[in-house]
Amino acid sequence: MKIHEYQAKAILKKYGVAVPRGEMAESRDEAEAAAKKLFDAGASGVVVKAQIHAGGRGKGGGVKIAKSLEEAADLATKILGMTLVTHQTGPEGRVVRRLLIEETLPIEKELYLGIVIDRGEAKPVFMASQAGGMEIEEVAAENPEAILKEYITPGMGLEAFQARKLAFRLGLKPPQINQAVQFMTGLYTAFQQTDSSLMEINPFVTCTEGRLFALDAKINFDDNALSRHPELKELRDVTEEDPLEVEASKYSLNYIKLDGNVGCMVNGAGLAMATMDIIKYAGGMPANFLDVGGGANAEQVTHAFEILLSDQNVKAVLINIFGGILRVDTLARGVVEAANKTRIQLPVVLRLEGTNVEQGREILKESGLNFIVAETMKDAAEKVVAAARS
Amino acid sequence: MSILVDKSTRVIVQGLTGREGTFHAKACAEYGTKIVGGVTPGKGGTTHEGFPVFNTVQEAVDKTGADASVIFVPPPFAADAIMEAADAEIELIICITEGIPVLDMVRAWEFLQTRRARLIGPNCPGIISPGKCKIGIMPGHIHREGPIGIVSRSGTLTYEAVHQLTTRGIGQSTAIGIGGDPIIGTNFTDALDLFNRDPQTEAVVMIGEIGGNAEEAAAEFVKARMKKPVIGFIAGQTAPPGRRMGHAGAIISGGHGTAEEKIKAMQAAEIRMCKSPADIGETVVAALGAKAIA
Repeated sequence: MKIHEYQAKAILKKYGVAVPRGEMAESRDEAEAAAKKLFDAGASGVVVKAQIHAGGRGKGGGVKIAKSLEEAADLATKILGMTLVTHQTGPEGRVVRRLLIEETLPIEKELYLGIVIDRGEAKPVFMASQAGGMEIEEVAAENPEAILKEYITPGMGLEAFQARKLAFRLGLKPPQINQAVQFMTGLYTAFQQTDSSLMEINPFVTCTEGRLFALDAKINFDDNALSRHPELKELRDVTEEDPLEVEASKYSLNYIKLDGNVGCMVNGAGLAMATMDIIKYAGGMPANFLDVGGGANAEQVTHAFEILLSDQNVKAVLINIFGGILRVDTLARGVVEAANKTRIQLPVVLRLEGTNVEQGREILKESGLNFIVAETMKDAAEKVVAAARS
Repeated sequence: MSILVDKSTRVIVQGLTGREGTFHAKACAEYGTKIVGGVTPGKGGTTHEGFPVFNTVQEAVDKTGADASVIFVPPPFAADAIMEAADAEIELIICITEGIPVLDMVRAWEFLQTRRARLIGPNCPGIISPGKCKIGIMPGHIHREGPIGIVSRSGTLTYEAVHQLTTRGIGQSTAIGIGGDPIIGTNFTDALDLFNRDPQTEAVVMIGEIGGNAEEAAAEFVKARMKKPVIGFIAGQTAPPGRRMGHAGAIISGGHGTAEEKIKAMQAAEIRMCKSPADIGETVVAALGAKAIA
């Protein structure tokens, strides 16, 4: 699960990670009030930052500096409600609904800090780099030695000596080392205690007077661990997600909207990806990824069907089920129920195999509905692509 | 022969008394697997569907001589169940559970380094040696005994591959689902190494997907050590970057873990790649030549 920068900074602050002073604002008035507090406290300027779940906000025009209260209010009016397009939003962009109003800082150097799970090592890795402000992937591709790494021993945290090693290699000055150790160990403690899957401070800045700050902050939580963090679940902003994906998540369905016109419903993530691939191979484009899961029941299948059909781009539907835990007769009952309920007009191609396949086929036949039955995956893909074209 | 499991494997079920545990314990036993008991803390001393229930894995091992365990425990408790099994000197742990928090798996993985156990999964369908032993949730009836080893990160896509083989009269030595999570116990290279040394296995089907670089590592192994033909498929050629495709581990992040990179690495290792998932059966037939139909 992704959260906004202002939410991430509020969490980090609790763990002793230094963040600039600032407040979230949802209107011009709130932005003006927040800016006033900062100017009154001695800030020489404020930054008005668009809050969306995507990077590249600065380049897209969503981050601006104001030198006066009036300028801050005007910028807030301009940025709130704008559709921000960045390299991570796709061409449709995201509407800005919230701002972070923050004090400006006398920045000296921009560095990078990040924590992810290293899959090969099966442990978290704490990364640091002098190349702050850049996309870390680019740094990794062009100059991998520029990324310093410290692995976390499971059951322990980022130890002080590890943080010290990183701090010196980042070129921080001796009086900054203890501050950096506190910053980094606090960051790792936050990662561990919130069950994060990713944390990035980019840039991690040093100021001319010596202090260190998280100028930006990105946190993703491990979805599988959210059940033990009800307070973090509250931070979800559904306006940042596709409405159909939000709807699907209510029924524990794995749905991802794509750009094609062939809707597909599959059980199992691997088979669902392979089904998307074979649709493309047959000359079509998948409209979505949809894994109804191994243990789906008739009700979930009905919901899945409704979600598929509410995508206006869908011209034909392919249902590819290999019954293991999900028995084919269960699936068939759900499909018939959904088809009746939604009064579906679109062609539906069905490819069913596995446990109780005979009973499943019988249910479909008896339903009197006009399904196109396919034998193999290849057959199914060709039939559905042809149906989507006609 | 087969890898990891055979007719003598003695299996306990952790989470036996739950809905999934009960259903699959019975299905495995019906297939012929020696299910010797189950573990549900607090229900020790009772029997469930004819299987003796124990409070701890240690007690189950002491009383039944189990050497394998299959885990159906809910996600928040599953990593603990893995560690308990490893601590009781279970040799083969198969964790079916999907949705284990990744930091829990980090702990369990570290713990496993200090014990003898091999872990398969989590978030996997399990392992089957057709005609001998089935430990997992796969439909047993689609398999038949034969010369093909299968290793895959996916469940139902493995069934699809098995189905394509069986309907062509080609059986399987062992099919092993290694799981769709970012941290798993047994990886492609481990499984390929085992198949390489198994006299029954004549060729291996390897089914990967986007995310991570386990396929690339396996390709290195194939290039250096594999003596048998390997047939490959990678799912997710059309998957958008940055999105988690159902499996927790199936994500292209920072431009890495794409199907393209994996296919390239596998082709370089002379793995016979199937462009379409519908071609797996035919590609195996071509690789085996006249030996295909036993």
